[in-house]
Amino acid sequence: MSTFFRETYIVFRRQLRMNLRNPAWVIIGALQPILYLLLFGPLLKPLVGQFGATNAYTFLVPGLLVQLGMFGAFFAGFGLIAEWREGVVEAERVTPASRTALLMGRLLRDLLQLLVQAMILIALGTAMGMRPSWGGVVAGVGITVLVGGACAAASNALALTTKSEDVMAPVINMVMMPVLLLSGIMLPMTLGPAWLERISDFMPFRWIVDGVRSSFVGDFAASGVMWGTAWALALFALAVWWGTATFRKENA
Amino acid sequence: MIRARGLVQTFQTKVGKEKKEVRAVDGVDLDVAEGEVVGFLGPNGAGKTTTLRMLTTLLRPDAGTATVAGYDVVRESVQVRRSIGYVSQAGGVSSSARAGEEVMDHGMLYGLSRAQVEKRGKELFTQLQLDGLWERMPKNMSGGQKRRLDIVMGLIHDPTLVFLDEPTTGLDPQARANLWEHIARLRSERGATVFLTTHYLDEADALSDRIVIIDQGRIVASDTSDNLKAQVSGDLVTLEVAADHVTVAAEKLATVAQSVRTSGTQVSGRVARAGRVVPGLLRDVEAAGVALESIEVHRPTLDDVFLTLTGRSLRDAESEAGSESEVGPDSESAAQTTSADQAREDVSA
Repeated sequence: MSTFFRETYIVFRRQLRMNLRNPAWVIIGALQPILYLLLFGPLLKPLVGQFGATNAYTFLVPGLLVQLGMFGAFFAGFGLIAEWREGVVEAERVTPASRTALLMGRLLRDLLQLLVQAMILIALGTAMGMRPSWGGVVAGVGITVLVGGACAAASNALALTTKSEDVMAPVINMVMMPVLLLSGIMLPMTLGPAWLERISDFMPFRWIVDGVRSSFVGDFAASGVMWGTAWALALFALAVWWGTATFRKENA
Repeated sequence: MIRARGLVQTFQTKVGKEKKEVRAVDGVDLDVAEGEVVGFLGPNGAGKTTTLRMLTTLLRPDAGTATVAGYDVVRESVQVRRSIGYVSQAGGVSSSARAGEEVMDHGMLYGLSRAQVEKRGKELFTQLQLDGLWERMPKNMSGGQKRRLDIVMGLIHDPTLVFLDEPTTGLDPQARANLWEHIARLRSERGATVFLTTHYLDEADALSDRIVIIDQGRIVASDTSDNLKAQVSGDLVTLEVAADHVTVAAEKLATVAQSVRTSGTQVSGRVARAGRVVPGLLRDVEAAGVALESIEVHRPTLDDVFLTLTGRSLRDAESEAGSESEVGPDSESAAQTTSADQAREDVSA
């Protein structure tokens, strides 16, 4: 087991070093939710009363947090394609290192990045008037990290399967649009007609957004947090299994 | 060191709407003894890299078995990985990382301590003439330096068996000659067993004790370069004569040569042990009153060997493979796109 952690750490350290050397993507990734917060938050302010929230930012920040976790991580795979092309993935796969460690080292980098971005978002949200339950914020960030890990693992798996940015970009776009529209990140799904809400019931990310939202207002008794956590855990386990399989797989 | 029996690798490809199975490697048997340097020769797309990837545990064989360094490639893949070094076509270092850092991380993934890797890495940098490049990024290195760095990566854990995939592709002649010296030293100084793929005849000829030729996923020959060339029936003797003497010259040549051909004022044929036969032939030709302009004798090349074995020249086989590689997700063709992409990046940079 200690070998596994050591290998994970070696991969993680290498990834982090490369990232810090070229931090443009980290900054762009953090900028997006900040823009939502600054430019969409004020629009939401007069509307929140209609769907039973009291504070626009306590409502919006959890959604943006999950969005950050999902979409930031979805793009993690693009870096892996570049690495594959330079033979780095193959060179790592020919060492005795655990295949899961090769994936986990990369996931840890993505999660650290997500955590930093989440801090910025929460700090800024608080400055703009968010008044959350702080215990709930910790729990919410925990769920977000799981979701981010799931999406990053899936993105890495997809990258090693397609091995082409040209194939991967449209696939991610195709996945992202319905996820964005059906998970109630901007506005709650309860606002829409019944049929739309029923469709969104099938969207795991919707339960996660709801869960993080309940968590932020400190409503742990509601089933929302539990369902959100359950979905996040399930997705995380599934995606890590898929990601490891592609690192292990013959023609990756 | 290597023993493979009946290795098979099949790829699914789509031709139009039809799904087609391509047997990239179709029943390969291989034996490599300890300390041997074996050249694995064949045109692009013949299955060289695919075979290599199976032997290095990167690709699971669809059928067949292989033991490498005493371990089974499927059941004992971790032990195989510990024992071998592999330098892939693409290399293995990120172009924008520092050379030394990449070597350190790579060595540590083998379980070596930081101090061990650093000591060993710096030694290898000296041996492979990379002094002073520890902090340099590979994108700022020459092609030859970059390739030597790839070899350092492959040797960092002191493997007894080294796989080199197309080690000199894309290098200029000087860098190639230099790299050949380093490859030759892998055995002479470290006692390593070396298995290298190449589609260059001169490279296989210069480096290997034994050459294994693969074509369309099957091994078609395995022997020393000299023995392979001896299979080609004799040396190529070409006479150039005055136009009206061509027929007589061809008749005279046919008394000592096989498969005599005429092309313009040139008459050529295969002669066994040409060195002994040619003096007599010259006297004969002269006695018949033929005005001889010139005579050339060529020792058989590996290209002749390939032609004899497969009925095609290597160059023809390459162009066939080129048109096929568009439909096949073969790693070899993928690697080619890679280098094309890199070339494009180089231009834009």
